[in-house]
Amino acid sequence: MTDLFDGYPLQQAFDEMLDRDGVLRSCYEQVHGRLTRLTADEVASRADALARSYLAQGVTFDFAGEERPFPLDVVPRVIEQDDWTDIALGVQQRVRALEAFLDDVYGPQQAVKDGVVPQRLIQSSSDFQRVAASIRPAGGVRCHVSGIDLIRDEAGGYRVLEDNVRVPSGVSYVVSNRRAMVRTFPELFSRLRVQPVVDYPQRLLAALVASAPDGVPDPTVVVLTPGVYNSAYFEHSLLARLLGVELVEGRDLYTKGGRVYMRTTEGSRRVDVIYRRVDDEWIDPVEFRGDSMLGVPGLVSAARLGNVTLANALGNGVADDKLVYTYVPDLIRYYLAEEPVLANVDTWRLEEPDARAEVLDRINELVVKPVDGSGGKGIVVGPQATRAEIDAVQSRIVEDPRGWIAQPVVQLSTGPTFVDGAFRPRHLDLRPFAVNDGSDVWVLPGGLTRVALPEGQLVVNSSQGGGSKDTWVLEAGAGTRQAVPGPGEGRPKTARPSEPPTGVPRATNPDDVAANQQQQQQQQQASTTPRVSTSEGTTTGGGSAC
Amino acid sequence: MLSRIAESLFWIGRYVERADDTARILDVHVQMLSEDPWADEATACRSLLAIMDHPAGPGDGEVNRDTVLRLLAHDRENPSSIAGSLLAARENARRAREIVSTDLWECLNTTRNTLPSHARRGPHEFFSWVRERAAVVAGLMESATPRDSTWHFMVLGQAIERADMTARLITTQARLGTGGPGWNTLLRSCGAYEAYLRTYRGRASDADAAGFLILDRLFPRSIVYALHAAERVLRELEPVEGRHAVSDDARRALGIMRSELEFARLGDLLTDLPDTMERVQVACTRASSAIKHRYFPAVATTAWVEEAL
Repeated sequence: MTDLFDGYPLQQAFDEMLDRDGVLRSCYEQVHGRLTRLTADEVASRADALARSYLAQGVTFDFAGEERPFPLDVVPRVIEQDDWTDIALGVQQRVRALEAFLDDVYGPQQAVKDGVVPQRLIQSSSDFQRVAASIRPAGGVRCHVSGIDLIRDEAGGYRVLEDNVRVPSGVSYVVSNRRAMVRTFPELFSRLRVQPVVDYPQRLLAALVASAPDGVPDPTVVVLTPGVYNSAYFEHSLLARLLGVELVEGRDLYTKGGRVYMRTTEGSRRVDVIYRRVDDEWIDPVEFRGDSMLGVPGLVSAARLGNVTLANALGNGVADDKLVYTYVPDLIRYYLAEEPVLANVDTWRLEEPDARAEVLDRINELVVKPVDGSGGKGIVVGPQATRAEIDAVQSRIVEDPRGWIAQPVVQLSTGPTFVDGAFRPRHLDLRPFAVNDGSDVWVLPGGLTRVALPEGQLVVNSSQGGGSKDTWVLEAGAGTRQAVPGPGEGRPKTARPSEPPTGVPRATNPDDVAANQQQQQQQQQASTTPRVSTSEGTTTGGGSAC
Repeated sequence: MLSRIAESLFWIGRYVERADDTARILDVHVQMLSEDPWADEATACRSLLAIMDHPAGPGDGEVNRDTVLRLLAHDRENPSSIAGSLLAARENARRAREIVSTDLWECLNTTRNTLPSHARRGPHEFFSWVRERAAVVAGLMESATPRDSTWHFMVLGQAIERADMTARLITTQARLGTGGPGWNTLLRSCGAYEAYLRTYRGRASDADAAGFLILDRLFPRSIVYALHAAERVLRELEPVEGRHAVSDDARRALGIMRSELEFARLGDLLTDLPDTMERVQVACTRASSAIKHRYFPAVATTAWVEEAL
């Protein structure tokens, strides 16, 4: 029997499963071993089951106005504990630096005075919100939730591709991918110690509660969504359900006397913390876009008065700016006096004339991105772009050099992905999520692995035909689970019974035991005098024909 | 109504509920064992089997997920496994065919006929299917069964079985401690997780979770709710009440248990949770046999020794 990994090609990119010599990496041994035992039909039927369950659950994203199931690949992405330790440290460090940066930007701007970042950089960012300077974040936290996008370069090193501290999305897929995978491929988990991801909602809720304004003993937390037509509505509703809090739209809230209330059947209820999934410019028609129907008039002034906490804070977008991104390693050294754990991808700042000239000259081999873009919008990949696209982006760069950055084409790492009946390498990225509760930055062990399903495609965004993979961070030490745990292994358990408890007997209808015997007798008769026993059930019943 | 028919109806209610609850319990356990890298599979499975009154014998070899699935999900001979109770429910419906509505009969019969094909699918899909079939039965009972004794006996069986099974479910957690599935998983298995999170707005403790499953007056799968439901049906079956005491032994058993739970301090309940849950199961067994003696007196052959307590 041929196996589905046959002819798995090794390419220029780093492969998560095989090393340069085509030898299996140890963290993939179990997964590979289990999957090779399946036939294409078996894998396809499991993949169908995954897709069906996603359609049924409504795990969908909005693609050009149409609801589609978010494609979940059957092969997990496996990360070793050692790698994960570095990732988690790097993400924590990055979040701490960005918190410090935002606090500085909307405060004394010491980094500008010390010449670490130019004044111009901040002033010219379209996401710099002056109003945020007047809001003092409770507990000093602005990035309650962050998503740091990572890729792996050709050498296998993790690098940061972009920071998301505005309204990072995707964590719902981490939670639901795991759930679906456990149900569909229980045997893949059976010998591995995969770190659980179910703690995320509790961590998030704890962080949100901790960020409540002072003097509120039992804060009311809500999730603010733009509404059911938002592409991430599934995520908003899932989070609200798992947090056990209300999912509100802008019209459910109102402000009065500088406080925020929600309209309920039991009258008004004070709201203390808003985990908002509405962008800055829509959140308050009084301060931002006057035509916004999604926001709550007066919300910003309530936040300014310290009567409500917005998570994440207003104005965080300046840290997501891709030109600011190029300064983050310097910011880490400046604020934390540490060396960055995770490197950036090399980036040209196009405002610098030399860099711009070089980029315009070599644009065919580079990737250019708008600094304020997300979701893969506006990205031009030089080697894959048409002449017209190149020309258009060149003239836009010349017009607005502040609006663009350029990066070399990085061959994102590849991982085995089920495509057209076989496992084939496809490019991946990784978005770990971090929750900051004010005393600690916690990184969810796992994260969203996005995969570009078309061959050779380097943009992995879901709005660009991408799918996802469940991300497995293996437990330290043992890569495999022992059938019988050795002494002192694993988590300490309290009160493990030395022998199983005795159960209370269960009753059954005594007639059923007799019925079994009768059945056997009937069967014996049936073997001598053939009779269609299946029709019996419908004819013994009362007079009515069924 | 003939006693024999009433007994069948009572058991239809119990068996369908049993299949439903067993599917829920197994689903969380199988998932917990897959998801939790620290799970001690053999201990958890042995304990689960014991609590479900199906202790693993020496002949069962290494006890793991497959053993549990074989014994508690797919065993067609044992009316306490999922397959066995669905088959038994159908047999009981067949005996009461002239009383059971055609819709309900066809539903149970189709369930039996398609059981093998669904049992071949993955555990989670099989469990979902079982829960769906139980929901169809519940829907037919709710919407298309007159509220006469047909309905009363089915609902009575369902309520008693539900109290019993929820108690067993809680026992699995109480016995296993941190090695068990965890209270959240348990709540999820009852379909109670989201209701519970909303009730406590996400900030809840283990004590609240246990309290929710045992004491909540509004959640239909809590023990107190199920005991209330059973008592209500018993009262409707025998509306004439004397001036003092309770003449119905089934109601007595259930009522004493329910008041014990309702009036106890939550903290006291939690300190000896396994014992309390055992008393709930014993009370259900007592009620069940009292109902049998009262409504379905057996003929000459009373050589049945099910409840040796």
